[in-house]
Amino acid sequence: MTTSTSDILTVTYESFDATLGTLWGAGPEIGHLAAIIGLVAAIVLSVLGHVGAATRRRSWVENSGSFAVLQLVTLVVAFAMLVHAFLKDDYSVVYVATNSNALLPWYYKVSAVWGAHEGSFLLWTLIMAVWTFAVAMIGRRLPYQIYGRVLGTLGLLNTGFLLFLLQTSNPFLRLVPNVPTVGADLNPLLQDFGLIVHPPLLYTGYVGFSVAFAFGVAGLISGRLDATWARWTRPWTNVAWAFLTVGITLGSWWAYYELGWGGWWFWDPVENASFMPWLAGTALIHSLAVTEKRSAFRGWTVLLTILTFSLCLLGAFIVRSGVLTSVHAFAVDPERGLFLLVLLGVTVGGSLALYAIRVPAIRSRIAYRGLSRELFLLINNVLFVVAVAVVLVGTLYPLAYEAVTGGDKISVGPPYFNRLFVPLMGLLAVFLALVPVARWKRTPIRLFRQVGVLLLASTLVGALFFVIAITSDRVLNTGSIVGVVIAVTLALWLLLSHGVDFIQRKGARPLGYLGMLLAHVGFAVGAVGVAITSVFSHETEVRLSPGDTVELNARQYHFVSVTTVNGPNYIAQRAKFDVGGISLYPEKRNYLARNSVMTEAGIEAGFFQDLYVALGEPLPDGSWGVRIQEKVLVRWVWCGGLLVCFGGLLAVMDSRYRRLALRRDGLATAGKVA
Amino acid sequence: MKRAVFFAPLIGFVALVAILYAGFHLNDPSRLPSALVGQRFPGFQLPELTSGKVLGHQTLLGEIRLVNVWATWCPTCLHEHTTLMDIRKETGLSIVGINYRDDGEKARRWLSLYGDPYDFTIVDANGDLGVDLGVYGAPETFIVDADGIIRFRHVGDVNDRNWNREFLPILDSLTDG
Repeated sequence: MTTSTSDILTVTYESFDATLGTLWGAGPEIGHLAAIIGLVAAIVLSVLGHVGAATRRRSWVENSGSFAVLQLVTLVVAFAMLVHAFLKDDYSVVYVATNSNALLPWYYKVSAVWGAHEGSFLLWTLIMAVWTFAVAMIGRRLPYQIYGRVLGTLGLLNTGFLLFLLQTSNPFLRLVPNVPTVGADLNPLLQDFGLIVHPPLLYTGYVGFSVAFAFGVAGLISGRLDATWARWTRPWTNVAWAFLTVGITLGSWWAYYELGWGGWWFWDPVENASFMPWLAGTALIHSLAVTEKRSAFRGWTVLLTILTFSLCLLGAFIVRSGVLTSVHAFAVDPERGLFLLVLLGVTVGGSLALYAIRVPAIRSRIAYRGLSRELFLLINNVLFVVAVAVVLVGTLYPLAYEAVTGGDKISVGPPYFNRLFVPLMGLLAVFLALVPVARWKRTPIRLFRQVGVLLLASTLVGALFFVIAITSDRVLNTGSIVGVVIAVTLALWLLLSHGVDFIQRKGARPLGYLGMLLAHVGFAVGAVGVAITSVFSHETEVRLSPGDTVELNARQYHFVSVTTVNGPNYIAQRAKFDVGGISLYPEKRNYLARNSVMTEAGIEAGFFQDLYVALGEPLPDGSWGVRIQEKVLVRWVWCGGLLVCFGGLLAVMDSRYRRLALRRDGLATAGKVA
Repeated sequence: MKRAVFFAPLIGFVALVAILYAGFHLNDPSRLPSALVGQRFPGFQLPELTSGKVLGHQTLLGEIRLVNVWATWCPTCLHEHTTLMDIRKETGLSIVGINYRDDGEKARRWLSLYGDPYDFTIVDANGDLGVDLGVYGAPETFIVDADGIIRFRHVGDVNDRNWNREFLPILDSLTDG
């Protein structure tokens, strides 16, 4: 299988192509039909699941799983048909004509499928079907009423999404008889590896939280939000959260090398839209831990499942569909906007109403004392929810302002976010460092003593760092140095306290525990990266002609030449810069079909620093505006993100979730699927 | 009853949707009224961006000026910049910049790169003047008359539409009177 997977795929594809040649002509229609059948499957799934569970018809629920399979198969077919239309350059399909071009390399033709609204929404429904299928298979051991309600809720959600797709965003529509001869091309910003994988990962995360949401709804209806419920919900939530984490990390990395500014986070609405569910999801996975171990926080946990998924919907729909990035889209296509608003309203409003009615009877009253692990996790939750509120206000305010004034724009900007968000994260780090010592119910005071010693040690290192930083001849304001020192001290403290706990821990170190450690270490690594790269990076913007040399932080950047290079669908001006024996090749690409210019930064990546050169504007006298940067520890930001993601995945593999599987599952169906 | 507490998330959500819905259906929205209109421009002692000379609010006196709050972190400001350049070129009106919570080096680079429509730019690095002006984002633009009285405040970008509809009538009335 490893030897020639692509060969086999090519051969299979070509033989299909030959035998079904005539049928392929009707590919878009087949895809459309498949999506409609998928919708029917979703409707049947919701009815069988919910009605079956409510009326105690076990056979209904047990058979609903086959409709999850049907839904998946039909949506795979629909998606494959759209991919095929792109690969065949079928410009009679409007969506293909507006988002592809014959000159595109094949892999960008495939990724162009989710390059704009309609196709990315089809991908969304497909991923929804994949998650539903996974729950239908792996969740068979669940009590049938929970199983039915979870699947039923997932079915209801995809019914809404598919209705929206077919009603307002059909990617299969044809433009006949005036078929365009050339495609308008994929937005050049999206012609990049990062954008091939970024949306699917992000969507997998977004949609994955629908499973947590479905468990929340099922728990509310069934009146079951106990520790067992939390144990069912936790692995699903962790996986979704891990995907969202890696999706956001990739997005940040992409922005860094593709936008040409050397920034890795801009607090723009699109980024915030993915960040808000992540923050809420982080609160959720921690709250679930309390519900599982102590059966506490029940009402709060289930509210978080609703909040997290609502933010996913808000983020993915409102921003990704272009409704609020440009408020005018509402006026351009009011049907689409209204449909989304109704969908959002029904999902969120319905689940919140259910919450209001059901939760008073189900919630927990479990006592815990001050300085218990419960208290620490409560603080974690409060901090994350406040962070969500900060980002939500900062994101919606400019959008709402534009809507209310009828088109005046305003920026709230990084000063707002940094001023409020950074202190929150600092506070979070303090409590994170105390996590290893905190015990359920009540923590003996003596346990804090050791961690206090560690704090002292980290503070000494921090102070040393401060002295070095302040006496070095860099011109830095004391305020930012103090900020970095605090960040480094807290991160070090966190690492020490977790490290010591790992060494001293008696008995087994289950994967759940290791996952927690890894994720927290990832937070520390990311925090150090963010703090150091924000303050200690060097940057200059200069006008250079070929042959010129400029110095930045004692390094000579020699601008050697500019040559013209032809890409598959663009012409690039490629510069060559020599820096201490290394050559960097930043480019300015002109994508022909849309006549748009894109920047490709020349980056020498390193564990400790990146050398970064980006071309700005060419000037009439043959010189160029050039942005040169040395980004210290910038890779740590993304390393941190990846560690957090791996931590989340590691925790899912904890044996206690598998033990649960074996105990309940006499038929071992789950094993077969896995 | 305590049960009512659990309806709070639902009520909050309904309120949010109502606000959004109302927002999209207001075609002629009322302006946010500013308590500053008719008031003297707040006092300040702040450095100028290129010369570093400390300026006070009396530097604003003597002619009608636009005072524009901007920053390099603000993408809307970049969008607005060309409009300001045009206004400067076509009307010759005095425009004063307030560089709000920004990096001085970046701000100077920005002006040399995109052009400088400002007579001079006041550096408000800590945002103190911004607080006095009630600034909560960028850009914002004030019309200040020759006596240093604020005559108009506009939150958000200056564009052709609001320039013709809102700024020009006020500027005309100031020059007539």
